[in-house]
Amino acid sequence: MAILSKEEAKKIIDKVLAYSKADEMSVGLSGGRRGNIRYARNSVSTSGESDSLGLSVTSVFGKKSGTATINEFDDASLEKTVRRAEEIARLAPENPEYMPMLGPQKYLDTSTFAQSTANINPEFRAQAAFDSIDPCRKKNLTAAGYMEDTTGFTAIGNSKGLFGYNKSTSVDFSITVRTADGTGSGYANPDVNDVSKLSTRASTEIAMQKAMASVNARALEPGKYTVILEPTASVELLQNMMRSVDARSADEGRSFMSKKGGGTRLGEKLFDERVTIISDPMNLELPQSPFGGGGGGGRFGGGGNDGLPQEKRTWVENGIVKNLAYSRFWAEKKGVQPIPGPGGFIMLGGNQSLAEMIKSTDKGILVTRFWYIRAVDPQTQLYTGLTRDGTFYIENGQIKFPVKNFRFNESPVIMLNNVEALGKPVRAGGNLIPPMKIRDFTFTSLSDAV
Amino acid sequence: MNRRDFNQMLGLGAVGMLAPTMPAFARSVSAEALLEPGLDIAVKKRLADAALNAAKAKGATYADVRIGRYLNQSVLTRENKVQGIINTESFGVGVRVIVNGCWGFASVGDARNESVVAKAAETAVSIAKANARLLTEPVQLAPQKGFGEVSWKAPIKQNGFEVPVKEKVELLLACNAAAMKNGANFVNNVMFLVNEQKYFASTDGTYADQDIHRIGPSFTVTAVDPQSGKFSTRNSLSAPMGMGYEYLQVNPADKVTGITTRYNTGYDMLEDITLAAKQAKEKLTAKSVEAGKYDLVLDPSHTWLTIHESVGHPLELDRVLGYEANYAGTSFATLDKWQSKNFQYGSKQVNFFADKVQPNSLGAVGWDDEGVKTKKWDLVKDGVLVNYQAIRDQVHIIGEKESQGCCYADNWSSVQFQRMANVSLAPGKTPLSVEQMIKDVKKGIYIIGDGSFSIDQQRYNFQFGGQLFYEIKDGQIAGMLKDVSYQANTREFWNSCVAVCDESDYRLGGAFNDGKGQPSQSSAVSHGSATARFSGVNVINTARKI
Repeated sequence: MAILSKEEAKKIIDKVLAYSKADEMSVGLSGGRRGNIRYARNSVSTSGESDSLGLSVTSVFGKKSGTATINEFDDASLEKTVRRAEEIARLAPENPEYMPMLGPQKYLDTSTFAQSTANINPEFRAQAAFDSIDPCRKKNLTAAGYMEDTTGFTAIGNSKGLFGYNKSTSVDFSITVRTADGTGSGYANPDVNDVSKLSTRASTEIAMQKAMASVNARALEPGKYTVILEPTASVELLQNMMRSVDARSADEGRSFMSKKGGGTRLGEKLFDERVTIISDPMNLELPQSPFGGGGGGGRFGGGGNDGLPQEKRTWVENGIVKNLAYSRFWAEKKGVQPIPGPGGFIMLGGNQSLAEMIKSTDKGILVTRFWYIRAVDPQTQLYTGLTRDGTFYIENGQIKFPVKNFRFNESPVIMLNNVEALGKPVRAGGNLIPPMKIRDFTFTSLSDAV
Repeated sequence: MNRRDFNQMLGLGAVGMLAPTMPAFARSVSAEALLEPGLDIAVKKRLADAALNAAKAKGATYADVRIGRYLNQSVLTRENKVQGIINTESFGVGVRVIVNGCWGFASVGDARNESVVAKAAETAVSIAKANARLLTEPVQLAPQKGFGEVSWKAPIKQNGFEVPVKEKVELLLACNAAAMKNGANFVNNVMFLVNEQKYFASTDGTYADQDIHRIGPSFTVTAVDPQSGKFSTRNSLSAPMGMGYEYLQVNPADKVTGITTRYNTGYDMLEDITLAAKQAKEKLTAKSVEAGKYDLVLDPSHTWLTIHESVGHPLELDRVLGYEANYAGTSFATLDKWQSKNFQYGSKQVNFFADKVQPNSLGAVGWDDEGVKTKKWDLVKDGVLVNYQAIRDQVHIIGEKESQGCCYADNWSSVQFQRMANVSLAPGKTPLSVEQMIKDVKKGIYIIGDGSFSIDQQRYNFQFGGQLFYEIKDGQIAGMLKDVSYQANTREFWNSCVAVCDESDYRLGGAFNDGKGQPSQSSAVSHGSATARFSGVNVINTARKI
């Protein structure tokens, strides 16, 4: 497998840097293995595994930069790549927003790597699929699922002495279980760094329960409802909102963070006071790369933000906007420190479990998943999408019956002003999110989809 | 479709422009490298034979090999700045086999000699053997005659890669300047070019060499009113096309004039962006729509996306069968509805056809990625569901003897599977202009350009926005509206279609990045239509206060 150690990676990067004739040069080196297994109709359809190791060189003359990449590592190929990057840079138009490269940075030692995940092999994947398909077959249910595992490393370095290295693993598993007659459907989508924390059977059993419980759904009138959103439901809306916490677009007047009359809404109370959102690369439940994340566009091919270190940061505290992401260019223009956007975020909550939240609900709807979420109006963060794979009516603290799926038109900003209760955060889609009870959530039409 | 990943990569964030996706395993190269010839055809044949022979020797009952060279160029600008010029090349070989009734696939990058591709074929065989142990439904592959050594070239007039980057930058920056001069506060403007050089060979005896070109210019213009804190955007009315650089040649015959200019196979970016800047500004103070039932008059620059989501996807046979249940979803258009021969998908005016040969379309090729000669066929005839889109291992399920040629992989490293053909709404048979159509509308909205889109996993309930909305009152256009989205049920919507304009108004729209499969693959597809009218559609007001 193409996992280089920190020392091996540094050796290659240093060698490449030594070939440079440009004003500045940065090198990104990454590699690893990606494996997957896919199944549908209770049968494996495809599986595969691929290794990759690649080097990316960016050379800069003045404010002109060029990038070339290579996956061969002999001296001649490396030097040729450097020359090509320089040639592309000389021909490139000037980028007036170019920022000189960062010097040495101090990076946190985060725990993104798990040996158990690195040990995954084709037999492990086949067993994981079997553990998911088998219980479904036995109950005459139909499983369609996908598991993807990655084990890799990223190393970055530049001619000003910056060097960073991170090793990481991840596993993303999704399972849809449908009843044989197609009238019930359930879903689960856990993601972990450490595969020993994943049981495809246990996740499949959750999806099976939801599939069986969602049969014979009744139609309710669309309108405003109190909803309990499982983290798998709310994650995408919150992610979309968090991707927009960018200072530049706010200053430019084209963001929900733009202030009437000019400027940003930094420091304003925009949400209910129980809303606090942070990011913390050292969190053991949600470890993050020490130099990754945050909006991309960086020099290190997805590393983002030129190698700025990630650290613990508060974005929203007690409903007040505490930080916006500043690119290095925009930070300099505004005379503030650059802040990379968060990789994954953590929304703090309370101690209530989902079951306890249901118990304390007089009337409401339990939403287990939203799907096909698209922006309707970026000004207000209005999104539309639909419930899917198990939606239930709650009355007097109990789930009474499954309901037909709804289309919603709602803004996470409005949603986070209508908070009734927040539960204990759990990991969903690379973030930690509490189950939430929200009043006046807007459903605008019904769907016949199961 | 998944636009977000690439937008994030470019740092475009919330700017909802149509951004392209890059092929897998692509490496950055110089613009000149995009014009270098690929492997000689004799070498490709030798590599292909090595893979096919190795697969057969290891027990494959069928094998195909795809040698792919994928070239992309993106020129990215905002206002008066070039944000990036990205040239990429991705080259490699993918081998697919059937062993013991089971598919196996393996790929290898930068494969230039026989032993490497033979090894990939052997890996594909061993994967097929391993997967066969869990097999419940052995592959039934529709027979396909071999075509021998054949070739197909997109009928382009000018290869976009031959146009100097400088010229492209100058065009984009001149357009951006025009937008700024006409009231825009911000402009993001991207030009995207694709050349797929694909060589396919199979144990059926086909060796197909194909050269496919696509172009996609697209911009987003933003107007800001700092006093009110409001902003509005207007995206380009261009379409990504299966064309060369000739798409950017201004040609009066390709213009459709009216409340705003729309384009056929020749796009006037300067004119469109100038209008866009004025319209983005006009939108800021436009009347907010009153929710309710309206007759909708939909321009082809809008309708393509509604067709894509509510007709193209539900009529993909793999979705109907459940293969996409965990990702893209299944379909309401189940086999029993097709078998009934009387499922009224739309009104009698509604005829949808699938087409892999339409000139200038994104999906046009000579042979698909499993060696099937492409064609055109009906999906919905006089409103009735008559067929699906299927590939060789599925067509037996719908009683067809040969595949319809919808197999596609987005890269040499991806396994080919069923992808959407160009699916289009046939123009009306009797002469009808847009002006005549609008004259008959008492209370309606005329929608131009595609906007927000969302549809459920079985393709019943959808919601669409747009770029430009005009109120129609008593047969006249009464002014611009904003905050418009319409919601409908697929079958009710297409059954509410009361008229389609004639062929003279037929135009293509489309997308580069239709996402499907796990791991997700991207496919480019066009959808044609003439302006169409729908009665009594539910329109909602999307304005909110935060």
